Amino acid sequence: MSAGAEPLSLRLKVWRQDDEGSDGRFEKYDLAGISADASFLEMLDLLNERLTLEGKEPVAFESDCREGICGTCGLMINGRAHGPQQGTATCQLHMRQFSDSAEITVEPWRAAAFPVIRDLVVDRSAFDEIITAGGYISINTGAAPDANLTPIPKEAAEASFDAAACIGCGACVAACPNSAAQLFTSAKLQHLNLLPQGQAERWARTEAMVEKMEEYFGSCTNHGECSVACPKDISIDFIAWTNRDYIKAKFNNRKLLGGR
Amino acid sequence: MIGELRSRSPDGPIEERWSEHKFNLRLVNPGNRRRFSLIVVGTGLAGATAAASLGEMGYKVSVFTYHDSPRRAHSIAAQGGINASKNYKNDGDSTFRLFYDTIKGGDYRSRESNVYRLAEVSSNIIDQCVAAGVPFAREYGGMLDNRSFGGAQVSRTFYARGQTGQQLLLGAYSALMRQVASGSVELHTRTEMLDLVVIDGKAAGIVTRNLLTGEIRAYSAHAVILATGGYSNVYFLSTNARMCNVTATWRAHRRGALFANPCFTQIHPTCIPPSEDFQSKLTLMSESLRNDGRIWVPRSHDDERPPGEIPEIERDYYLETKYRSFGNLVPRDVASRNAKSVVDEGRGVGPRRNGVYLDFSDAIARDSTEAVSAKYGNLFDMYERITGEDPYKVPMRIYPAVHYTMGGLWVDYNLMSNLPGLFVLGEANFSDHGANRLGASALMQGLADGYFVIPATISDYLADLLGTQPTPPTHAAFGESVAETEDRTARLLANKGSLTVDHFHRELGKIVWDCCGMARNAAGLKKALSDIPALNEEFHSNVLVPGSAVTLNQALERAGRVADLFELAELMMRDALVREESCGGHFREEHQDAEGEALRDDENFSHIAAWEWAGNRNAPVFHREQLEFETVAPTKRSYK
Ligand SMILES: Cc1cc2nc3c(=O)[nH]c(=O)nc-3n(C[C@H](O)[C@H](O)[C@H](O)COP(=O)(O)OP(=O)(O)OC[C@H]3O[C@@H](n4cnc5c(N)ncnc54)[C@H](O)[C@@H]3O)c2cc1C
Ligand code: SF4
Ligand code: FES
Repeated sequence: MSAGAEPLSLRLKVWRQDDEGSDGRFEKYDLAGISADASFLEMLDLLNERLTLEGKEPVAFESDCREGICGTCGLMINGRAHGPQQGTATCQLHMRQFSDSAEITVEPWRAAAFPVIRDLVVDRSAFDEIITAGGYISINTGAAPDANLTPIPKEAAEASFDAAACIGCGACVAACPNSAAQLFTSAKLQHLNLLPQGQAERWARTEAMVEKMEEYFGSCTNHGECSVACPKDISIDFIAWTNRDYIKAKFNNRKLLGGR
Repeated sequence: MIGELRSRSPDGPIEERWSEHKFNLRLVNPGNRRRFSLIVVGTGLAGATAAASLGEMGYKVSVFTYHDSPRRAHSIAAQGGINASKNYKNDGDSTFRLFYDTIKGGDYRSRESNVYRLAEVSSNIIDQCVAAGVPFAREYGGMLDNRSFGGAQVSRTFYARGQTGQQLLLGAYSALMRQVASGSVELHTRTEMLDLVVIDGKAAGIVTRNLLTGEIRAYSAHAVILATGGYSNVYFLSTNARMCNVTATWRAHRRGALFANPCFTQIHPTCIPPSEDFQSKLTLMSESLRNDGRIWVPRSHDDERPPGEIPEIERDYYLETKYRSFGNLVPRDVASRNAKSVVDEGRGVGPRRNGVYLDFSDAIARDSTEAVSAKYGNLFDMYERITGEDPYKVPMRIYPAVHYTMGGLWVDYNLMSNLPGLFVLGEANFSDHGANRLGASALMQGLADGYFVIPATISDYLADLLGTQPTPPTHAAFGESVAETEDRTARLLANKGSLTVDHFHRELGKIVWDCCGMARNAAGLKKALSDIPALNEEFHSNVLVPGSAVTLNQALERAGRVADLFELAELMMRDALVREESCGGHFREEHQDAEGEALRDDENFSHIAAWEWAGNRNAPVFHREQLEFETVAPTKRSYK
């Protein structure tokens, strides 16, 4: 067990940037006495306490739940989205993953669709735009039938869930050489497209969300980095399913329009 | 001054009250709804569903959140599940039983009418969520699965792996974004409410700060709905998300809204114990783990042996021996207090001796590793990431942590506060859970409030306002509030002190935890009542807030929130001090029986304590709402 392990000394290289318009730069900080049981963000908290007391501006970075579920946190750590541990959001990463005297580079997500707001904070509202384009089932409050009216095969429910587990962090975009958002969009689409409740709007939803995505993000060329970086291990298969749905959607939606 | 507190609870047979009441409420016809503008603050389960439902009905809704996206509200973190009395398991559940369990679980400190309504709409919530695409767990036949959850003797909890909160919130968020797309809801992200504007005693709007530009401005509406969550972070260390705070409801309180039962806070028994001094928050391990894990500590004090080397007869499965019928499934407050007492005795486990074991070896032997992993896999992984220990091999270590706040702004049966036009939903209000909340009931309440209660009750208030415009933000009251808010922010920044915001927050948290945590007594509470104002004064004179007012400034955001937590903390102590009884999460050491069980005092304390702000220098004014129990006679809670 790691409690009682020797505290770590670290050299940090942290991206600092005043706002979207200004040039950024790396700044170096040496930090000693970090407990191996501390989380990565607690290490940054400590850095910020120190900077504040020295009369400097603390590093802006975002987090909220610190349990790997809200998707607020997200840093490039030594060039990897969310850092070295597979299937782990930045807030769940602990310092026992690093060795003493390690040099750690910390950067924000880098993608044209995620402009830097300040230091390590980026604007991910393009994700909300994709949802607004069609990431829902149109059912008004009060209009729902009994929940057990439609049995949902366990396999369908599980597959849908595997997609629904996406926390909207943006690591997939940050890890992608093209800054594509295919993994996020596919996770959101397949969550609904795989469920019986999601069928009525399946084709319209697919077309709308994919095309909204293309307004903001780059194109997918099947690198697969997204899935590796994803803290929720969202499978790249969902992208294939979405591509298939999209082709069908184009066909079906056009037929619908033609028939009108 | 506030007259008699009118709960507006309907009379008549309890099963008919909600339908009767709805029938008697005044309506706003569909064509007129777009003439009403409504403000909703908060996009958790309560706020997102309220905004979406009201938008669908045709109201003009503006919704505010300090998060960058509605999907990140703290509701996202709920793990275990949501209750509903569907009785899909045919094990004798019913609306009445869920009502009864909630009243009893709340230790007879909640309103019967509200609780019955909650149980009544619970089934519709599940229907609504499933229709919206929430992927709840299913059985092989394709039907919904249920499990039994903390303290319940029936299986009524619906769940979605260990991330029920995320799946429910994604459902609510998608409904909200659908309304944003349709234009009925205007969404303001990264915008924090810093004041409530009250004109002629009625809620008229809010003042907000744009967290990116620092702009402080006013918004007006016909009614304001707060769904801003709980205040567990007054303890600094809690299971709540880091940004959770009390500012929205506290600012409303300072403008006249009554704060009810602030001392009713809940400690969750199964959290990971703190491991280092710079710990920033505590992590909950879902209560569902108590269904299969067995809780124990060594029989002898300061036992240094690793758990595997402690033979069976030297282990004390203290909940199983003390509470024969409920065992490890006793309610949260009971489980928490018992953990505290074994740790206080010196029988705690782990490197800091600050936990008890939650052991799965019997469950694994009985059901297989795979079966245990299928149920709890993600929780086990999470535990391992945090502690570096593998719970399939070594028992988990757990300890109670602050988790939920039953107290909140006082509301009537319509969820309206004593200020007309101010409605409060979800964890932010005080209703429904009494002195202790049952597991899986907060999600239920948030969704009940947002989906079904507010859409029905708000029209009764609005009906009178038909044909009127909201007071324009040019009205002097808005200007004054904007100026005061700007001034507060400027003063925090101008202060060139020598200690950080987090330092003060941590110190405040220690006082609140020690004096108003799992056990409270008069001496400690009185001491806190002098320590908190002293620390608060030091905070205002010696806090160091770096940065500027016109850019993203997280230290400034935190400073404002901590300032309000200080004031709330003081009110909690007062409330805890005058409640001379033990009930639910409020355990006064002076009021216990010979076996250490809580002694409730129904004769003197069967009421809601609702506090009125009386200015910075004056003690708050106490108001009482007497509770009537017509359907369930209060009895001593016994889980033996
Ligand atoms: C770790 C954890 C696990 C839990 N598990 C369960 C469970 O299994 N079952 C269960 O029933 N309950 C559970 N709970 C409790 C439950 O999650 C919460 O009580 C519930 O989700 C609260 O929902 P809400 O909508 O009231 O508020 P929240 O979800 O807290 O949302 C508050 C919203 O208000 C906004 N806000 C707040 N203040 C301001 C302001 N000043 N200006 C602008 N916006 C503001 C925030 O941005 C946010 O959008 C759990 C809680 C925790 C901490
Ligand atoms: S797909 Fe994975 S990496 Fe991308 S936003 Fe979702 S959780 Fe994050
Ligand atoms: S802070 Fe919520 S996922 Fe990391």
